Amino acid sequence: MEVQARPEQRAVAAGPGQAAPIIRVEHLYKQFGPLEVLHDVSLSVDRSEVLCVIGPSGSGKSTLLRCISLLEPYSAGRVYVEGALLGFREVGGRLVRDRLRNIDRIRRNLGVVFQQFNLWPHMTALRNVAEALVLVKRLPRRTAEEIGRAMLAKVGLADKTEVYPSRLSGGQQQRVAIARALAMEPHVMLFDEPTSSLDPELVGEVLQVMKQLAAEGMTMVVVTHEMGFAAEAADRVVFMDAGAIVEEGPASRIFRNPHSNRLQQFLQTWKERNVIDAV
Amino acid sequence: MGSDSDLLIRYGPQLLSGLFYTVYICGLANLIAIGLGLAVALLQGLPTFPMRWLCRSYIALMRGTPILIQLFLLYYGGPSVGLRLDAVTAGIIGLSAYGGAYFAEIFRAGFQSIPRGQIEAARILGMSSAQIVSRIKIPQMLVLIVPPGVNQVIIIVKESAVLSIITVPELTKVTIRMVSETFVIIEPYIALAALFWILIEAISWLGSALERRMTRHL
Repeated sequence: MEVQARPEQRAVAAGPGQAAPIIRVEHLYKQFGPLEVLHDVSLSVDRSEVLCVIGPSGSGKSTLLRCISLLEPYSAGRVYVEGALLGFREVGGRLVRDRLRNIDRIRRNLGVVFQQFNLWPHMTALRNVAEALVLVKRLPRRTAEEIGRAMLAKVGLADKTEVYPSRLSGGQQQRVAIARALAMEPHVMLFDEPTSSLDPELVGEVLQVMKQLAAEGMTMVVVTHEMGFAAEAADRVVFMDAGAIVEEGPASRIFRNPHSNRLQQFLQTWKERNVIDAV
Repeated sequence: MGSDSDLLIRYGPQLLSGLFYTVYICGLANLIAIGLGLAVALLQGLPTFPMRWLCRSYIALMRGTPILIQLFLLYYGGPSVGLRLDAVTAGIIGLSAYGGAYFAEIFRAGFQSIPRGQIEAARILGMSSAQIVSRIKIPQMLVLIVPPGVNQVIIIVKESAVLSIITVPELTKVTIRMVSETFVIIEPYIALAALFWILIEAISWLGSALERRMTRHL
């Protein structure tokens, strides 16, 4: 695999197996009109790393994920996926919007799981998973469906292949969505609050699948409110507030020994809520 | 009443011929209008400004003026710009162009009610715009628009009565001739209304069947 270094270091082409970050975000800014949603965000994700992004609502964590997958074009800064600049080309030191074909090629390394599942309601679970294999990877329908069945089995839905999304629970729908993303063999999975629209009793089955993926060595970026998951599964946690990264570090350190006031406050409210829940 | 049913029997062949024209013209016009409406709805979604402007103008013009005047301009005004059409052709074109504008709006609304997230999911999996339109958008839009679409088909069938004014030999035209030849008024018009009613009941029955069939997965 070709791993491209940033342009000014292009001579230092990293070889396979080298520990180049799989995603690199540099000085990212995002504005919606006058509203600045991301302010100078930089981070990198290594191969097989599980990175959880936590923070209050409106802190920009979902926007960050949407910029990394270019569902939202960023205002300034750079996003590299597998060393390739995503969304723009450098022409004489200036950034020019890239062609869709190049964007699609780079994005093929990314799998995205959305808060709202975003399954296609007119297709069965199996077709949801197999469709892109046929249309994008140009696999024969039969092969695509074999892969689809395997993916659905992997997320524990082997018996739901012919079922339409409307007949599935939220947790099952989200697992189909995970299977759909996995079928394309992405190098990184991006999860945008994957359990936030689920009933509490369905959260576990989705987190279980995600933990299994993490254990298999999948690189994952997870925007989540599930502190338990972050504490257990994350290698590293990033805490965002007001569009900026306030603090980041290993999960154990972030949760046991938060440095910044803002993170201490944030974790405190979360702890209090859990205490109330336990009563 | 004996002479009245004689009347309907006597005019039976003409009424049948009128019914044939009504069904033929409406069937064809609806098919063209649906195709035209879909094309306009899709073209309107393109980011190119002139295309969008053209589509909006077409819709505004067709919805903003009475169909009767559109038909007059087409059929009686056409020859003065070298457009010489027979009445049936003018009727089909006029009805299609008129219906197309309404179908375009129905389709546009259908496309808009597909959640954005579904399109984003398809994009991120690498599907092209054409694939997204044909595999994600159109199949869902077609389900959503069955009720308003059937409604529009019915409206076009009823509007087809005005084609009698540009001498299209459809049901209404035949009935008007019948009235003027026999001076009997009530029975022919009731027969006309009944025939339209049967036609439209059939369409709405087909529409319900289609809706049941298409929403099985929901």
